[in-house]
Amino acid sequence: MKSGRLLTSVVAPAIALIIAFGFAAIALLLVGIDPLTAYKEMWVFGTTAESLIITVNNAIPLYVSALAVAVGFKMGLFNIGVEGTYLLASLFAAYIGAQISTTPVLHVTAILLVAVLVGAGWAWIPAYLKVKRGVHEVIATIMLNYIAFALSAYLFLNVFRAETAGLTIATDLIPESGWMPSLTPLLAAIGIEVRAGANLQGFLIIAIALGVGYHYLVNKSRFGYDLRASGINPTAANASGVDPKKMIIRTMLISGGLAGLVGIAPLLGFYHQYPQDFPRNYGFNGIAVALLGRNNAVGMAFGALLFGFMQRSALILDLRDVPKEIVTIIQGIVVLAVVIVYEVISKYVQRRVISSAAAATDFDPVTSAEAA
Amino acid sequence: MAQAPAIQLEGVTKRYPGVVANKDVELTVASGEVHAVVGENGAGKSTLMKIIYGMVRPDEGTITIDGAPANFRTPKDAIDAGIGMVHQHFMLADNLTVLENVILGSEPRSGVKIDFEGASDRIRILGDTYGLRLQPNQKVERLSVGERQRVEIIKVLYRGAQILILDEPTAVLVPQEVNELFDSIRDLREEGHTIIFISHKLDEVLSIADRITVMRDGQTVGTTTPSEVDARQLAEMMIGSELPSPETKESTVQDEVLLDVSDLELVSDDGRAVLADITFVVRKGEIVGIAGVEGNGQAQLVDSLLGLAPTSTGSITLAGKSMDDLETRERRAAGIGLIPEDRHRQGLLLPSPLWENAALGHQYKEPYANGIWIDKKGTREHTAEIVRRFDVAAPNVDVPAAALSGGNQQKLVVGRELMANPTVLLAAQPTRGIDIGAQAEVWEELKSARAAGMGILLISADLDELIGLSDTIHVLFEGKLVAKLDPSEITPEILGSYMTGAGEKKAS
Amino acid sequence: MSTLVDRYRKADRGVRVVIIAVAAVLVMTLAELVTGTSDLTSRSTASAALRLAIPILLAGLGGLYSERSGVVNIGLEGMMISGTWFAAWGAWMFGPWEGVILGVLGGAVFGLLHALATVTFNVDHIVSGVAINILGLGAMRFLSSIVYTPETGGSVIQSPPIDGLPNIDLPVLAGGQLFGWNSPDFFGWLENLELFFLSDVAGILRGFTGGINWLTLLGLALVPITAWLLWKTPWGLRLRSCGEDPWAAESLGVRVLRMKYYGVIISGMLSGLAGAFLVLVQAGIYREGMTGGRGFIGLGALIFGNWMPVGVLGGSLVFGFGDSLRFRGPEVVRSFILAVAIGLIAFGVYSAVRSRLRAAIIQIVIGAAFLVYYLQVVEVSNQLLAALPYVITLLVLAAASQHLRMPAADGARYAKGEAR
Repeated sequence: MKSGRLLTSVVAPAIALIIAFGFAAIALLLVGIDPLTAYKEMWVFGTTAESLIITVNNAIPLYVSALAVAVGFKMGLFNIGVEGTYLLASLFAAYIGAQISTTPVLHVTAILLVAVLVGAGWAWIPAYLKVKRGVHEVIATIMLNYIAFALSAYLFLNVFRAETAGLTIATDLIPESGWMPSLTPLLAAIGIEVRAGANLQGFLIIAIALGVGYHYLVNKSRFGYDLRASGINPTAANASGVDPKKMIIRTMLISGGLAGLVGIAPLLGFYHQYPQDFPRNYGFNGIAVALLGRNNAVGMAFGALLFGFMQRSALILDLRDVPKEIVTIIQGIVVLAVVIVYEVISKYVQRRVISSAAAATDFDPVTSAEAA
Repeated sequence: MAQAPAIQLEGVTKRYPGVVANKDVELTVASGEVHAVVGENGAGKSTLMKIIYGMVRPDEGTITIDGAPANFRTPKDAIDAGIGMVHQHFMLADNLTVLENVILGSEPRSGVKIDFEGASDRIRILGDTYGLRLQPNQKVERLSVGERQRVEIIKVLYRGAQILILDEPTAVLVPQEVNELFDSIRDLREEGHTIIFISHKLDEVLSIADRITVMRDGQTVGTTTPSEVDARQLAEMMIGSELPSPETKESTVQDEVLLDVSDLELVSDDGRAVLADITFVVRKGEIVGIAGVEGNGQAQLVDSLLGLAPTSTGSITLAGKSMDDLETRERRAAGIGLIPEDRHRQGLLLPSPLWENAALGHQYKEPYANGIWIDKKGTREHTAEIVRRFDVAAPNVDVPAAALSGGNQQKLVVGRELMANPTVLLAAQPTRGIDIGAQAEVWEELKSARAAGMGILLISADLDELIGLSDTIHVLFEGKLVAKLDPSEITPEILGSYMTGAGEKKAS
Repeated sequence: MSTLVDRYRKADRGVRVVIIAVAAVLVMTLAELVTGTSDLTSRSTASAALRLAIPILLAGLGGLYSERSGVVNIGLEGMMISGTWFAAWGAWMFGPWEGVILGVLGGAVFGLLHALATVTFNVDHIVSGVAINILGLGAMRFLSSIVYTPETGGSVIQSPPIDGLPNIDLPVLAGGQLFGWNSPDFFGWLENLELFFLSDVAGILRGFTGGINWLTLLGLALVPITAWLLWKTPWGLRLRSCGEDPWAAESLGVRVLRMKYYGVIISGMLSGLAGAFLVLVQAGIYREGMTGGRGFIGLGALIFGNWMPVGVLGGSLVFGFGDSLRFRGPEVVRSFILAVAIGLIAFGVYSAVRSRLRAAIIQIVIGAAFLVYYLQVVEVSNQLLAALPYVITLLVLAAASQHLRMPAADGARYAKGEAR
């Protein structure tokens, strides 16, 4: 059993990565680029102290996004709407955060609260449509993504825009009391010196807390039991007393709340306002990280760091005349490869567990399965 | 015998990891006879039929069909050789019509298209010849169980089957429908077909078969004829020892009413009455049996009692407390237990470890839960207790439920429900699909629970189980309770006639 | 009045759809009378609606083949993206028709990947579909970065401009050429007579028959072809059986795994064709993100159409109309808002007549809200307009999802030889 867990959690993603890097290497060779040099460059650049900090910074919103998606996955719900949710929530958080000014703790908490509420509210819509009207949540959340894009564009340009006469279009700057402190001083305290400007975002603490909370909620709580049972066998879960409609709505609200927080790390740690080019794609990449980490709190952390690393180390490729889009194709292949490899390995592990259990008690699962 | 036997199996062996499903099987089926193969669950009958039908390849042995050696790789080879299989669990697509289900894979062509008219004619002719009348353009989902079986038989006849294999064909039929089926079987025999009839219902086997082969533990024990044995002897050949019986000795029924159901009604989305005028009680120390052919409202009755059918009306009272406005979880917390009729569908989380399965249905209370958290330690200890007391064969409580055999899975479910000490236990088909040994154990546990004062609502299609265990029997037919009977005064035939509505005219 | 209502309720589903369509056009015509425009039911609006409907139709039909064989295909978007890229590249390197073929092949490749993951490796269908979408985006971006460098006139997110496919007018109905003979233009003539309602209908039909593309005709032809293929041929019956009950099909010798592969690969091909249409008929260029969720809208059309070819056509026309509205200008949008208001209020009255009071109140209230919006707003903001097709898709699905029925084994995990 233990070795089975090792196989699925470590070997499977490793195989998927090898497949992905392999295919990408072939693609590079076809256009006359040496993949090994390219990979080496990425590694060297990506492992400097500054790059590692940026990797972690990149990973934070990906991790939160993955958590949001994973909560749904555990129940068999597919929340593809994280992308639109976090943009909308970040916009509202930026705007309202700029309107107030109080003590730092209160200020930041208020901003977080706004983000969570907007995110949960936006996620309530597909939940309601699924429960009341039977609309499949995949299509509903995807449609709501596009609607969120349009809505946030409208609000951004017409309502929330700052009154400055500058070249950049953005919301008002959030006062300093609403900024997330940097952790770089902490690092210095333990002996790691970094160049000024490379700030380890303070939101990291919150992200870790969210991960721990996710783990305890899903795996140790009564709610988590109901959640997982609903994902494994909804009919049995209902017979055991789980109310399916309430479960769907609660799960989507939690997922939406988490989704709302996805953009807060870059917002409070870097931008301090919502500009026109606020970072995108955390939503879809979050799905990839959740799949890579198999909805497991630690696995997703590794997945997020991996994606963050690739995102950062690819920047060097521009200076070496290699298309940095190689990273997007690696990410794409990894996702597809990892779900296939997981399936193959977990089926193998399952078969082993069942036959070893059967051998231990002297009956056969096969003909009994026929009889059953 | 002038003609070569229709089927001859010699030394057929099939192994799976961990078990030998068929060992050195010898079987001779004469042409034009009805040959029954009997044995209990796990005896290897299904595997043997799959080998004959080409779904599974034997590891050793020879198969001879009509005198010629046969080496089937797929069912299509068997079909080409004139063998047709009517499965126990029907292989019919609900959303397709009778005609589409019959011709699938062997469609008659008219150019590039399907020749619907030709197919339709052929189906009508087959139906008239063998008494298997059907409407070709009806969707299968609208057919009754008996009609669906007719579709399955027409399916094989359409492909020119000379040899028919019927796998537990009467498992879901009542006596009247069984008689119709047997008439069709006799017609088929007259027309020269050979029939292999798999069953564990020994009375039926004795009435229809020409010869009987008994299987046990993957081997053939012997072949005989109805004139040479009776049911008791056959049963002893099947299990090699004495038959257990579920008969009850003395009544433990008390006066106190535990479950009071009054005017329960349920209407489906398209306006049909699924349940109507359901009124009955379950008293302390009583087992109330609900008899009925599957599909007459049993599943809906259980759902309504549990709160899974929110549109139902009527009143349900448990030990004096009204359940009407309570949700499923609250009803279970109040003391309603459930042994579901399909343990895989409603009773288990197959990939999850045993200890998580033990908590299913009880995850909000002790010893499984502690506040808002799951008490893993308490759950594991309790699960070990269940495994011990109910003799569940498992190496530890961490194995996934899927690793257990069907019988042990059922014992786990029964154990967890009984040990939660419900006020009233809803037991739907509690011994379905498990072997006779485990069945007897479950019956004993139910009787002990009854003696300790539990009220049990027993819903079963096994008439012997119903008659043997129940203190009172109601019959459910088309959503209504049409009879209330005393088990000591009835026979399977009387029960069967109520179950099909024929007995409605008689006073209950 | 009530007998009319009864006759509507008893009518065949197809007849009911026609009645609803006619009623919709009537309501829009009325709205136009009020606003003074005639653009809502004009030929150009109809033409645009049809043009935008076709990619949705093709994606929806693709989804039909896949889901009828039992494989849920969320990856239609990714397959369409692949189609857009390869069609543009093919047209740029060779020519427009080569672009079509390459677009189809590009979609087919991703279809093959989805089939591999779901049919051979039994990955959850939706997970695989999501992975396909991610891979499609990433792969096409990567290919663009290699192929479309600044020297060639493109960039990472768009290709150089390319030649598209020619348009035609249908003969007799829309004045097209037939072997050099200029045929009469029946619908155009009827439209110009400016008769109330009749000319509006003629205008719409003229939009459907004039200035259309060969690919449009192909797409429309695929609807009856698909219906015939799936319901009248042995191959089609076997495919459908895989989606209804693959175990029954297997027991009768149908090669289920192979049929599922066919279904999924065909869905990839049709999605690729949809992408080719977007590039070659509509845009004349490849631009990243140009599919804009139409793969998912196609899935919506499939659901709305109850997994039947004609239903998919109806759904895609409705959604295509919604898609086209945002390009038609503010007056048209206002007319549409008024039409929705009138329609909802009328439907609310109908619900009240049938004693469905709660539904009636909701419908009338929302209709009144639309009316108020119409009276207040002069010009709907462009950003909000961009959301229109998605809002319409969502609302239509919310209204219709309850009474639909997907193939029974759609999405089911099937492995050869195993019990169900």
